[in-house]
Amino acid sequence: MKRKVDKIPVTRPIVATEALKRMWEIRIFEEMIQELFDAGELYGTMHLCIGQEATAVGGASSLKQTDWIVSTHRNHGHCIAKGTDIRSMFAEMLGKKTGTNEGKGGSMHIADLNIGNLGSNGIVGAGFPIAAGAALSAQMQNTDQVVLCYAGDGAVNEGSFHEALNLASIWKLPVIYLIENNQYGMSSSIEQMVNIDHLSQRGKSYGIEGITIDGNDLTEVSRTVAKAVEKARNGSGPTLIEALTYRHKGHSKSDKLLYRSEAECRDWQENNDPIVRLEKKLIQNGEIEANEIRQMEEVIRKEFADLLASVKHDSEPTVEDLWTHVYAEDTL
Amino acid sequence: MRIISYLQAINEALDEALSQDEHVFLLGEDIGIYGGGFGATKGLQKKFGKQRVRDTPISESALAGAAVGAAMTGMRPVIELQFSDFITIAMDQLVNQAAKIHYMYGGKAKVPLVMRTAAGSGTGAAAQHSQSLENWMAHIPGLKVIQPSNAYDAKGLLHAAIKDNNPVMFYEHKLLYQTVGSVPATPYTIPIGVADVKCLGDDVTIVATGIMVNKALQAAEIVKEKGVSIEVIDPRTLVPLDKEAILASVKKTKRVIVATEAVKNSGFGAEITAIIAESKIAMKLKSPIIRLGGEFVPMPAQKLLEMRATPQVDTLVAAINQCMSKAGLQR
Repeated sequence: MKRKVDKIPVTRPIVATEALKRMWEIRIFEEMIQELFDAGELYGTMHLCIGQEATAVGGASSLKQTDWIVSTHRNHGHCIAKGTDIRSMFAEMLGKKTGTNEGKGGSMHIADLNIGNLGSNGIVGAGFPIAAGAALSAQMQNTDQVVLCYAGDGAVNEGSFHEALNLASIWKLPVIYLIENNQYGMSSSIEQMVNIDHLSQRGKSYGIEGITIDGNDLTEVSRTVAKAVEKARNGSGPTLIEALTYRHKGHSKSDKLLYRSEAECRDWQENNDPIVRLEKKLIQNGEIEANEIRQMEEVIRKEFADLLASVKHDSEPTVEDLWTHVYAEDTL
Repeated sequence: MRIISYLQAINEALDEALSQDEHVFLLGEDIGIYGGGFGATKGLQKKFGKQRVRDTPISESALAGAAVGAAMTGMRPVIELQFSDFITIAMDQLVNQAAKIHYMYGGKAKVPLVMRTAAGSGTGAAAQHSQSLENWMAHIPGLKVIQPSNAYDAKGLLHAAIKDNNPVMFYEHKLLYQTVGSVPATPYTIPIGVADVKCLGDDVTIVATGIMVNKALQAAEIVKEKGVSIEVIDPRTLVPLDKEAILASVKKTKRVIVATEAVKNSGFGAEITAIIAESKIAMKLKSPIIRLGGEFVPMPAQKLLEMRATPQVDTLVAAINQCMSKAGLQR
């Protein structure tokens, strides 16, 4: 097939200060969602990714806009990192018609195909074969697109992981599997659920290069993903990356965190926060000053607060919307 | 018009679809040199190459999921699931992903995929290779479900399924593969959701799906000699279902038998029966609705047991006699 994606916008490697801004956007978005939830203004559920901003941004920032991401239930960071409109995300979470999914998906299914966000998934591990399929599509249509598939540590014990990795390998698909190992699948420590040292070892069984990296080091994540993207784009097939990280908050809204110690949490939060680490590095390198960062943070907070305030006035779906979109109307 | 088999009709539709649209591609287990589990893809890999007629590992979840991802991004994958029983291992990708994406994304993504699969009993393949599970998929909003009963319908409906922008389940019956019928040599589509009157009659309507259509037609021939006139309605597609055609026929005959090969309990026959029972026509029926379906047993391997596990022509004749007799009224 000859079709090519026209005029692919050239993406330069992300500047670290820009990455920091994206990471702050994610952190602030998540904090605001938590506040909305605590205030009883948010119906449904959500899975916060505070503490995992470096994997979200380090991953998606290595992609072109036309490349795809496939996300998980812990998706807000991935969506923001890929460039999904923040206002539409707030609107989706608040069940507004103006939401990314017109209020029909909610937190767990945010998608925005126009900017390469193929959607988030409520079924653990379901994204692996979907990502392989999108990569197959790119390969068959001869575009130079690649697919970045985010997944959690718990997902590597799903059959779909093994089936999809094998498929991606035998067909040399342009896909990168980025496992965010945040140590726990809901309450289950990954150490108790696998009998290997590194999840990336599983790549070997399928003839896929597997790498384990520090997922809270933005530079390391973006460097590793960028390399895997290049490899995928030049036809050399998939990569399995395990990025070690930690979620500061619970699994979901009702998590009492009985399965991990306060000391452990505190250690990750105080000594291994990906945003704090990047800030320190940038300040040390003289790339940005502390007061500039605080200023940036305030600008984002103000901007997001304004967006949220405006979203609250948006209209909600009507009962008639219940029946729309069950089937796509048109045919070829 | 040419006479070809149901299997050839399917092969021809795939061949034409691959020729017509470069976005169409086939994927499944052993569909290449082997020609698919039953020969439906015979010769296609040689003609269209290994990229477009793609042998996959034995990974039903991955191949269904890959089809979802490919469909969302511009391709039109047609999956062959070797036996419809294997749907159990592809289920998440169809039920939780393919069926829901268009709705869940507020209409912003389409999943134009087709899953063709061989269903039904009658080959001695036993409990894990003989089921008729189409009702499972008919229960899921977002999926379309097609069950062609002859070669002409198979070709036209398969073309329609491939052109449809939704995920479509396409159930082929193994015993129908070698049945023959008149089929145009050029591509054509049959609209999805339009039932067909396979035989006109006045006394009893038989609403039959899949292979039961053929059995109903045979039963109609038998009772014709006794002067009983049967109308056979083939919904052809379970979702969307042509309720009007069913009700119009029952309104005329005022007697109805609903027949599926699938297990009767909680089967699609119950859905059709309920539609009739809920309609105004229910009050005017001359005899109670008779619902025929498979016995509530796993499919046995032994020939006699297997045959008695699903309604046969004699079962249908007995049912016709029952609703034509006064006894039918007391049932």
